[in-house]
Amino acid sequence: MTDSFLPQKDEIKRRLEERYVDAVPHNRALNLRVADYRPEHLSLCLPYREDLVGNPETRVLHGGCITSLIDATCGGAVILSLAAPRRIATLDLRIDYVRPALPDQEVICDAHCYKITRDVAFVRATAHHGDKLSPIATSSGTFVVFRRDPESEGES
Amino acid sequence: MTKTRDAVAKLRSTGDFTALQEAIPYARFMGITAKIVDDDVLGTMRYSDHLIGNSLAQKLHGGTLGAFMESTAIFKLLWHGETNAVPKTINITVEYLRGADPADVLARAEFTRHGRRVANVRVFAWQSDRERPVAVATAHFLLVPD
Repeated sequence: MTDSFLPQKDEIKRRLEERYVDAVPHNRALNLRVADYRPEHLSLCLPYREDLVGNPETRVLHGGCITSLIDATCGGAVILSLAAPRRIATLDLRIDYVRPALPDQEVICDAHCYKITRDVAFVRATAHHGDKLSPIATSSGTFVVFRRDPESEGES
Repeated sequence: MTKTRDAVAKLRSTGDFTALQEAIPYARFMGITAKIVDDDVLGTMRYSDHLIGNSLAQKLHGGTLGAFMESTAIFKLLWHGETNAVPKTINITVEYLRGADPADVLARAEFTRHGRRVANVRVFAWQSDRERPVAVATAHFLLVPD
């Protein structure tokens, strides 16, 4: 039992998952999970799966699903940073593949929306296996923030 | 020879991408295929409902377009390259130009520079009108010797 009127962190995590992961068909197809969040920061996790492998000899995940993980996490970090619900769209996304991912391990992406203006949001992200000092990929992206049309929030 | 290299060797002798696509689980999951049209690689990402990124606006997920363009660039490198080893992606920058509708996406790749160790590749993705691309990408690949 709790005396706090604020929803518990697990409850917010569950709502974020419901609204931002499960409501987005491709995020659901990748089975993305919310690993953590705080203001302007979101971490999503991509569980390892054989059908997402890019090279059957190394059994390493394809760079493409890591691109989708990064895009989704960056977009989510922007949505968490908005003062009011707005539709957003990715303008550009750059990904540097620093080192290969390892087989059988989930990939976590931490995204930080470090600046948001009325029209544009700027995000940096890192994908890793649990140690963010040893990244698989680093990324930076920009998003356009639309001034109307709050219904379609959740775009990535 | 490994399964992937076998598939690449087959592609280069026949121009048929089927064996290569079948060897890559993620390509099957995404519906990404390629074929030779007018002596050049034409990539296709077949539409399926799980590619959607925005259910209300019915637009494709940006990540799927990036993944598709990276794959098309790799297919092009394997078709034109001198080795059977799969090149490694150093980086990719994707520019999203307009929302992509729930339909197939096509892509062509061209070499900005094809050196011995590094290839610079530009990729264009479109749907109904090639003159109105939905996204373009610039990528660098490290070419791996056999």
